[in-house]
This record gives sequence, C-alpha cells and structure tokens, in this order.
Amino acid sequence: MTVISSTKNPEALSFILVAEFDADVQRVWQIWEDPRQLERWWGPPTWPATFSQYEFTPGGEAFYYMTGPEGEKAGGWWRITDIQAPNRLEFDDGFADDDGAPVEAMGTTHATVTLEDIGGRTRMTVQSVFESEEQMNNMIEMGMEDGMKEAAGQIDALLAEHARA
Amino acid sequence: MVVDQLSDAELDRLFQAFADTTRRDIMRRVTVGEYSVTGLAALYAMSFAAVQKHVAVLERASLVTKEKRGREQIVRGNHDGLEKARRLLDEYEAIWRQRVARIADILAEK
Repeated sequence: MTVISSTKNPEALSFILVAEFDADVQRVWQIWEDPRQLERWWGPPTWPATFSQYEFTPGGEAFYYMTGPEGEKAGGWWRITDIQAPNRLEFDDGFADDDGAPVEAMGTTHATVTLEDIGGRTRMTVQSVFESEEQMNNMIEMGMEDGMKEAAGQIDALLAEHARA
Repeated sequence: MVVDQLSDAELDRLFQAFADTTRRDIMRRVTVGEYSVTGLAALYAMSFAAVQKHVAVLERASLVTKEKRGREQIVRGNHDGLEKARRLLDEYEAIWRQRVARIADILAEK
C-alpha cells in the first residue's frame, strides 16, 4: 500500500496524508519540482492539469488550468511560501478565473509537503489546511465534478461494450 | 479525529446532490443565509416545483434542512458543521489517494 495513513481533523479544517514510495527522496522531489511531471498527476486523467507558469522558488507563483473532456477549463494558482530542497515545500493553493487571475474570494488552501528518507525509500507527508468550511466546499466541488465526469465516462464505456456484445 | 466512513448510499446521495449547477448554487446561498422555497424559486428560470425538487435532493443528502414557518418553507444549510466538514474531508482524501496512485505509477517508470 502506497498510502500509509490519512488523518482528517474537521475541527481544525485540516487533512494529513502520509504515503511511502519505492524511490529515493531526490526522485520524489522531482515530481514536485518539474512541472511536466507534476502535471501528469495533479489532475485526474480526464481533467489533466497544464502549468502555464511555474516559479519553483520561495515567493514564486504558479498558474495552472485543468482541461475537461469537453474542453472546459478550471483554473488555479499556487504561491510558494517555503522551499527546502529536497525535503520541504509549502504553498498556498487557490482558484483562478478564465484569464488566470486569482479569485481571492474563493479562499486558499495552505499545503505543506515533507519528504523524508526511510532507508532509500521516501515517506511523503502532505498537510492541507483550509481557510473555512465554505472554501473547503469549493475545493471539493471541483474534485467532485471531476469524479462525476470520470464516472460518467466509465458508464459510457460500459454501455458501448454492451452495445457491441 | 473522526474515523467513521460514509456508506455507499450516503456518498451516492452526496454526489447526486452536487452534480447539478442549480443545486450547487442553492447550497452556496443557504450556507450563508436562510431562504424560503418561494424566494429560491424566484432566483431561477424554472418552475417552483422544479426548485422544490432540487431542495428535496439536497435534503435527502442531509445538506439542507427544511422548516415550516407559517405558509412558508424555510431552507437552511445543515449547520451540523463538523459532519459536513467530515464529508468534505472524505472527498478530499479520495482526490489525494488518486494523486498518490498516479505518483507511484510515474515513479515505477524506468
């Protein structure tokens, strides 16, 4: 199992996920540092992320959009607040409008990522702290829509198989 | 820390509730204030009955409560806040579990 544990703390509106990977810390750091690798996993396969700007440095900004099956776009931005390569990354994560401009009213999520060496393998801990319940709601809605669309795609595929059978 | 899980049926209801633009809009409004069904119906280009149906879906997913006041039905976000937060965290967890699986796939490439 890659995911070792997850801790949900509704009182503090925070979430912690611990995962272990069969790769060293330097390698796992690359999946955060290199935007081309990052965009292969940040969004679901049906809503891939494209990072149009990626300043991987403290104070740096990143902009991305996720593209849906029908060409819909959902935009987001990061503001990197701390980097201690290859062990620690902190950033704020928020929503962007169609022009890529931050929508501050939608709130931000603060993420802290730590990577530690466990005998040649890597333990990654991701902590997300939400600003408010409503903001968390917005964040999930985005993810839920993705899930819904993915599920719809799977149903289509099943129906197509049945039609052929 | 809350560790109990949502049942599949509960998740289905939650997904269904959020799967519609009007229902998401209703949720946003009733989370910050209270509305009568009539008041909500006036906001959308659809019939009173259609809006009432949307409210019923949200009610089944425990996202809103409905209360009779005189001749009006008042709709409010379900302020059992921790419960809702927990549901949301469950969803957020699912997003991250999928991300971790994708990372593992990338790392497995040679």
